Amino acid sequence: MATYEKKQLVTPGDLIVEGDFIPGENTYADNNKIYASRIGMVDYENKKVNVVALRSFYIPKIGDIVIGTVVEVGFSGWTVDINSPYQAILRASNVLSRPFRPQKDELSEVLNIGDLVVATIISFDRSHDPQLTVGEPGLGKITRGQIIRITPTKIPRVIGRKGSMISVIKQETGCQIILGLNGVILVTGKNREDEELAIMAIRKVEEESHTSGLTDRITQMLKEEKAKREENKK
Amino acid sequence: MSSLITRVKRNQIAQLIAKGKRLDGRGLTDIREIKVEQGIIERAEGSARVLLGRTEVMVGTKIETGEPFSDTPNEGVLTVNAELVPLASSTFEPGPPDENSIELARIVDRGIRESKAIDVEKLCIEPGKKVFVVFVDVYVLNHDGNFIDASALAAVAALLNTKMPNYEVKEGEVKMKSGYVPLPMKRHPITVTFAKINDKLIVDPWLEEEQVMDARFSMAIDDDGNICAIQKGGSGYFTPQMVLEAAKIAKEKTEEIRKKLKW
Amino acid sequence: MSQKPEKLIDKKGLRLDGRKPDELRKIKIEVGVLSNADGSAYIEQGKNKILAAVYGPRELHPKHLALADRMVIRCRYHMAPFSVQERKSPAPSRREVELSKVIRESLEPSIFLEYYPRTGIDVFIEVLQADGSTRCASITAASVAIADAGIPMRDLVVACSAGKVDDTIVLDLMDEEDKLGMADVPVAFMPNANAITLLQMDGTLSLEEFETAVNLSLEGCKKIYAMQKEALRAKYVLLKEDEE
Repeated sequence: MATYEKKQLVTPGDLIVEGDFIPGENTYADNNKIYASRIGMVDYENKKVNVVALRSFYIPKIGDIVIGTVVEVGFSGWTVDINSPYQAILRASNVLSRPFRPQKDELSEVLNIGDLVVATIISFDRSHDPQLTVGEPGLGKITRGQIIRITPTKIPRVIGRKGSMISVIKQETGCQIILGLNGVILVTGKNREDEELAIMAIRKVEEESHTSGLTDRITQMLKEEKAKREENKK
Repeated sequence: MSSLITRVKRNQIAQLIAKGKRLDGRGLTDIREIKVEQGIIERAEGSARVLLGRTEVMVGTKIETGEPFSDTPNEGVLTVNAELVPLASSTFEPGPPDENSIELARIVDRGIRESKAIDVEKLCIEPGKKVFVVFVDVYVLNHDGNFIDASALAAVAALLNTKMPNYEVKEGEVKMKSGYVPLPMKRHPITVTFAKINDKLIVDPWLEEEQVMDARFSMAIDDDGNICAIQKGGSGYFTPQMVLEAAKIAKEKTEEIRKKLKW
Repeated sequence: MSQKPEKLIDKKGLRLDGRKPDELRKIKIEVGVLSNADGSAYIEQGKNKILAAVYGPRELHPKHLALADRMVIRCRYHMAPFSVQERKSPAPSRREVELSKVIRESLEPSIFLEYYPRTGIDVFIEVLQADGSTRCASITAASVAIADAGIPMRDLVVACSAGKVDDTIVLDLMDEEDKLGMADVPVAFMPNANAITLLQMDGTLSLEEFETAVNLSLEGCKKIYAMQKEALRAKYVLLKEDEE
């Protein structure tokens, strides 16, 4: 017996369904009743009841790629703001390819306050701050491109089913796009115009994330914008 | 000793309460032994010391003259202040009054003010110009739980012990006469505090019970059995049924205390 | 300076603002009104105009205030100097300190504090115009702001006052009734858990009158709860378009 069906909007404290169900994301159970704990849309996965939150913040998960800003240079590493209630630590030993010598190495010359980094979360539990690594290729200090922030819950929509959405945007704009699971996106293109185009597309996905047929509409929009630009150049 | 309560103790307390008993042998609605002493501080106009179990509170009153508030020109002024003195507990820190001492002062104030314990109209010397100002200063000296009820009791006891200067108004001038008159008191409010532990209500929580409780609430009851002040505290909750149940218990308990103290 | 009214309830049984004893004032709740705060809400209730904003969860500064096993909530209830008839000094009064505490304690049971240890939430309440029962309207708005910030909650917290004026038990006290009436009982409530999270009283009430007042305020709470939900939906339903 469901009070709320799939895709319906619920607010915290709303009784979604009663009976033999399992509480999933953004829900909690009290006896046989499943309640919403955040504002969002109901989604049923067989017996599991989820609420896709319309508004939430990023909680680190091991293995996630994130993009952050260095906010503090410490004695043995850096503190990085990853757009989360928890600030992340990047140890110097993780960044420098040789052993770290506290007296001799000037950490601010490697990464200074305000620098952007792409990193992976290597450890996190609720009693310790998340630790980052830049050991893999593709990670490290960002030197080019533009950064935009979207609600972390919308990142999967920007990726699309099997990467369909993000492939379209990359293809049509020729940009390299790194999606931080913490809601921060890095767009690097051949020129500023291409980057702006990609950003426009991403913003549109964010706004219309609940609609269907979005991938086609984005493809359409990108083609139209590029055609307009060709026109203006003439 | 650390003020942290161990998990073992926490379970002990909860298990006993589920059976209707408490660590110190009391029943759920039993109040600890109350001792009231008055007139211990000669320099104060009134004073009292209350021992509620091992919780100790001292209250001193001072009387001064001053201007009345503009919306009550014929009434004396009551000011209550409370201090959780550092020597009373390892958890009290020196410094200006924090939210706990401010809350305590305001709870004690409400009980006295709303029950109209003091006959404030008799404190008027010259309407709109000069009235008596009663300062009630609450000092918690030892914290072994429920300093709210102990403070409220000590405050009323101190007021009952208070003497004001004698005066007469002759030819429009206020002249102080020799001797003192007792502070005019009309009512004797008594406050009872409840704590909720695992969905059970207990009366007069002692320190370890307070460390484990979900929430507390206090009710001040006047001589006629009317409620004149309530304050819920702590980050838990009570059901409406518990609140109404507690009100009945509070009325009974205050009648018991009133008889004992002969108020 | 306004005159003190002689009677708070007239011969027809109507109050100073024309309401019946069990009638709520007109209430308007708007969600997400501030762009910087993580969550925000604005409420008008009678002449009350109150803004609530939430920042967090975020790292606490100073760090030593953080708790190892749960989130910390800080709450600041503050009245603007121009919010009341006689200008109020901007410095926090003892009343504001007490209200900040009881409001915080009324909201805590609704939040899943254990989900995000070592972080903190700041709840800021600014009373722009006061008209009685400001703590209740503040709690109603603050709870909506917390939901707007995407902080996981068990339920919304709603608050409403009841009291006694001219020997009648009334709902939702306005300023004059608060000041000149015989009793004021503010109540905050979490409907799903049947939980009262704020309860205060000043005045004089018999046990029976107290029971009537509590029950009346709970009825008011349930009505306002529906308005909170409505306000939250109104903001988010615009972002959700129909399925094609």
